[in-house]
Amino acid sequence: MPPPEVLSQAFELGFTYTRSTGPVVGRFLTELRDRKIVGIQGSDGRVIVPPMEYDPVTAEELSEFVEVGQQGEIVSFAWVKEPRDAHPFDQPFAWAMIKLDGADVAMIHCVSAAAESDITTGARVQAVWAEQTVGFITDIRCFELV
Amino acid sequence: MKKIAIVAYNQSDCVSWAGATNEVELIMPVLRRVFDQVGLNNAQDVDFVCSGSCDYLQGAAFAFVAGVDALGAVPPIKESHVEMDAAWALYESILKIRMGHADSALIYGFGKSSPGELPIVLSQQLDPYYLAPQWVDSISLAAMQARLMLDQGLITERDMADVVARSRGNAKTNPHAQLSGDVSVEELLAQETYVSPLRKSDCPPVSDGASAVIICTVEKAREWGVPYAIISGIDHRIESHNLAMRDLTDSVSTRKAAEAAGVGAGSIDVAELYAPFSHQEIILTRTLGLTDKTLVNPSGGVLAGNLMMASGLSRIGEVFNRIASGEAQRGVAHATSGPCLQHNLVTVLESA
Amino acid sequence: MSQEREMITGIDVPIYLQYKFTAGTAPARFLSQVKKGVLTGQRCPGCGNVYCPPRGSCAACGLPTEEEVVLSDKATVQSFTIVAIPIPNNPIQPPYIIANLVPDGSNLSFIHLMSECVNEEVHIGQRVQALWKSEEEWDYAMDNIRYFKPIDEADVPVERIGHMPVTGWED
Repeated sequence: MPPPEVLSQAFELGFTYTRSTGPVVGRFLTELRDRKIVGIQGSDGRVIVPPMEYDPVTAEELSEFVEVGQQGEIVSFAWVKEPRDAHPFDQPFAWAMIKLDGADVAMIHCVSAAAESDITTGARVQAVWAEQTVGFITDIRCFELV
Repeated sequence: MKKIAIVAYNQSDCVSWAGATNEVELIMPVLRRVFDQVGLNNAQDVDFVCSGSCDYLQGAAFAFVAGVDALGAVPPIKESHVEMDAAWALYESILKIRMGHADSALIYGFGKSSPGELPIVLSQQLDPYYLAPQWVDSISLAAMQARLMLDQGLITERDMADVVARSRGNAKTNPHAQLSGDVSVEELLAQETYVSPLRKSDCPPVSDGASAVIICTVEKAREWGVPYAIISGIDHRIESHNLAMRDLTDSVSTRKAAEAAGVGAGSIDVAELYAPFSHQEIILTRTLGLTDKTLVNPSGGVLAGNLMMASGLSRIGEVFNRIASGEAQRGVAHATSGPCLQHNLVTVLESA
Repeated sequence: MSQEREMITGIDVPIYLQYKFTAGTAPARFLSQVKKGVLTGQRCPGCGNVYCPPRGSCAACGLPTEEEVVLSDKATVQSFTIVAIPIPNNPIQPPYIIANLVPDGSNLSFIHLMSECVNEEVHIGQRVQALWKSEEEWDYAMDNIRYFKPIDEADVPVERIGHMPVTGWED
């Protein structure tokens, strides 16, 4: 038999999930809506941002919330030259691990910068809020270099 | 405890686009070749079948169920599936044999990553509150891991290029590789960055394909009269989903799994490591304590062709091939899953 | 002044992923023939069963099915159900019939619609034939057949359903 015609068809797959946030994630997102960033103290006292529900080492339930700064330091970053459709920017940007002032564990978020050469490990950044905050991780629109 | 042997392995070509090949058509030729290696008709001739795949890759719900059409599953067979790399399907099969519920098992994995945007599909396996809604892709996470290592002086970009050059060179002898050939470290370093600090060559290609393995008790292997290697140890460990709570420059879970699997109990002639990114091979080599005496990724590894959900199983198969051919006496196979080497499985194989 | 607002207890996290599906070899061959108004199946080299639509393997034997077989567009009702709920975005109004139909020359049923029938009189073994859309509308799709409708032929006894030759009762 001859090889078949190649029949291709683009399609979109949608999963319209809703998720329960629980007391820890819910508190973090509620604070974001109020333009504040909170972390939680781990078993060893380290401040984890965003907060985790359980300590990954001791499995202890965590509950001590701590407000942290809206500025911090870049621990590591990836420079995205060609943003993908799903990404938060149309122009080049960075994903970064950012250790906020008062936090001991970095959080992953995006950093807006004009050029790769502007960003370095250790650079100071500041949270930029979305125009409207709704209680979602993207209430922090991005971080910008200070 | 029953000694378990691996008796057959086959992998398809790694191709960037499998084209007009559905999951059944992808799996069947590979299964035929492992059945033929042992002299079996179909899945009726083994006691247990377990597969590994992930429907999100190709966006086809229950593709793994459709895959069963490749087996000859009439009358019904004992069959299971993991939504993971098939190396974990092999782990499940070993438990099945050790519990005395089976003497033999067929394991296969398949992945069609080309229909979707793989790094974005993989972003949705991350923490669903903080990371998945940001669509942080798998390449960017690996890039941040690489930068941590570069910044701390644990590796250089040249070290990373060395890994790539060796992978491509080794892959010249692997007929199923997608990327192979002679390329110098200088040429690689001259390429521009892709997701900095990674170059495209530091990242695995997107591949479609399948692989399969047959394992059984040593008694069964003798009865079948085929060459075999002993699976002397296997273990897997996972780390926190919070990437910033992990030491990304190390692989604690690989080390723990290696200790439990008995990697240190003898010399290691060959190691096949599932390192999707060049710097991760360096992490794994150091974690496992491999020296110049060990041939690392003689197949080219997954930088030469990355079959999501099958390449972990293929690592075990590649080590088996080298032991079965007499090139090696003892080897280690590693499989990984999740971002930045989150979940790791280590298998030790020895000659009979 | 910040005021006490309700605590967030849940979030909407919709995920939309883009894919490009490519039909396998066997389905692509099948659909290419359907575009020409022809139903085909593939025969298993082991057990001889013919499958329509083909997926490329005999699920029973685990063997590739490569021999293409042209089938009739006449079929036999193997099973059916009367559906009382509408299909979203589909003009077909309930109650309508979805049936397992075995085309002559094939051994396994596929699912399609039945119409131009008295729902209460539809029965297992009933003979039906495809009502094709007009040729200009044919595409790579099973809905080139609008539905199957009853024809004036003798019922097929249950034990012969799935074993009718491609020539049907004319054999």
